[in-house]
Amino acid sequence: MKSKLVSLKEAVRDVIKDGDRVVIGAGLEHAIPFAVTFELIRQGKRNLDLIAPISDASADMLIGAGCASSVTGAWVGNVSGGLGHNYRRAMEQSIPHPLKVNDFSNFSLAMALMAGAYGMPFVPVRSLLGSDITQSNPDHRLLQNPLSDESDPVVLVKPLLPDVAVFSVPRSDIFGNAHHWGSLGVTQEAGLAARKVILLADEIVDTSIISSDPNRVLFPGFKVVAVVHEPAGQYPSPLTGCWRRDNAFFNDYHQHSRQRDGYLSWLDEWVLSLPDHASLRAKLGGRLSDLRIKGQAFSAPANFASA
Amino acid sequence: MAAAFSTQELMIIASAREIQDGEVVFVGMRLPITAFGVARLTHAPNAVGLFECGILRNEPAKDMLYTMSDPPNQQDAAWCTGTAQVMGLLQGGQVDAGFIGGAEIDRFGNINTSYIGGHRQMKTKLPGSGGAADIAAMSKRLLAIMNHEPHRLVRRVGYVTSPGGLDGGTSRRKAGLAWGGTAAVITDRAILKPHGEEGELHLFSVHPGHTADEIKAHTGWELKDHPLLAPTPEPSALEMDALHAIDKDGFWRS
Repeated sequence: MKSKLVSLKEAVRDVIKDGDRVVIGAGLEHAIPFAVTFELIRQGKRNLDLIAPISDASADMLIGAGCASSVTGAWVGNVSGGLGHNYRRAMEQSIPHPLKVNDFSNFSLAMALMAGAYGMPFVPVRSLLGSDITQSNPDHRLLQNPLSDESDPVVLVKPLLPDVAVFSVPRSDIFGNAHHWGSLGVTQEAGLAARKVILLADEIVDTSIISSDPNRVLFPGFKVVAVVHEPAGQYPSPLTGCWRRDNAFFNDYHQHSRQRDGYLSWLDEWVLSLPDHASLRAKLGGRLSDLRIKGQAFSAPANFASA
Repeated sequence: MAAAFSTQELMIIASAREIQDGEVVFVGMRLPITAFGVARLTHAPNAVGLFECGILRNEPAKDMLYTMSDPPNQQDAAWCTGTAQVMGLLQGGQVDAGFIGGAEIDRFGNINTSYIGGHRQMKTKLPGSGGAADIAAMSKRLLAIMNHEPHRLVRRVGYVTSPGGLDGGTSRRKAGLAWGGTAAVITDRAILKPHGEEGELHLFSVHPGHTADEIKAHTGWELKDHPLLAPTPEPSALEMDALHAIDKDGFWRS
């Protein structure tokens, strides 16, 4: 088998094309691959469709930088601050340019990805009955349950087929076999539905570590086209067992992004003036090492012996 | 004499009282997550908390959470899984109550967190549903937490992100929602509950330091009295002790 290990720059340059539908932030607030968010901005990618149930501030940053032409998700903002200022400017004033939103709920997005993952033509849900999401997004269709003789409205959700999905993982081998743990959001559905997967691995480990616990693998290594070894690639979001969330970073972003000028100077300081993620780690210094989880709460081993 | 308390502490304790023992509750962030902890420590030691990122907890997290995905919510969880699994339980009718917040709520309890002015003539773009639409549709009881201002409590929302009673009466059932609906709206001034055939929100209790007249003046429809209208009971010493045991740094005290 051939190693898939590449640099962050190479992965973003070679795998993510202008106009792609990209999942960034499948874990809700958890394990958002911000290093890819920052690199997409540095490389000036354009016309992306950003797919995520909630993306914390990642989608807001990409929208402000002009990388996105649409958002497919349930919530765009900043979990620490509430509203996403760049999202509002784009939707209300077309700054830096117009943005389309494809409204979902968290569950309907999970179901759309599940349909994509398993080749289903649609998934019926009840969860969006009564919501105007079925009016503002035609990818949800309200109709009578054909299997029922009584009045039984259901909502059909169209499958979602992302071009690329990006995930932060605590550990992966060089072939893209990875372990995930903690809350998963829509990671499994997104990884199975996407044509290509990029992994940001906090640690690169031997294949035997991954195969020692195959239940912790969410999708097969063959979905993965690039593995990037990038410690704290999810910074400032948290990663179970590895990193705590930098709440101050999110608050600071919220304050600076209130005005367009403030956002642009924030972007310059934290993204554009840094050549890569290693430079961000160096700039953060002790602030980053303070967020490293040092405690130990290991799970008990599971026996997979065959005889 | 009851201990002194802040408005937010009162809202947390009022929210905690809405959780029954043994219930499965979609918790959400901020006030409700603390309310879940208070309920567990007081009258509902067997309540179970669900989080849409894919976490189920029997015990509240040991440290302060800024988001539901923070490491203290992962450690010692009863179940770490995906959004589809926890929200699937919800759609399966296995969740008793769910908390959501909102920017705008109307007299039938419908909540807008998407487009002020509606999606065709949007004035303000709000973040959107997250899991709120699912929780509103599929919890057995919906508990909403709002700031009580006339532009927030409106006659009719411009966009229904999360359904309450829709157009009132049987309209929620006719839309195909076999159960659920708004059980209580907990604001910084009062508690509102649906009443009557239409299920319109009525003034159910008035928080200490507020008056019914002031609350009605801050409501965007002609708010009527619930037949059980009474003052919101002040937090008991037991409830305040439970709250202080969770909120050690006094985050909610001011």
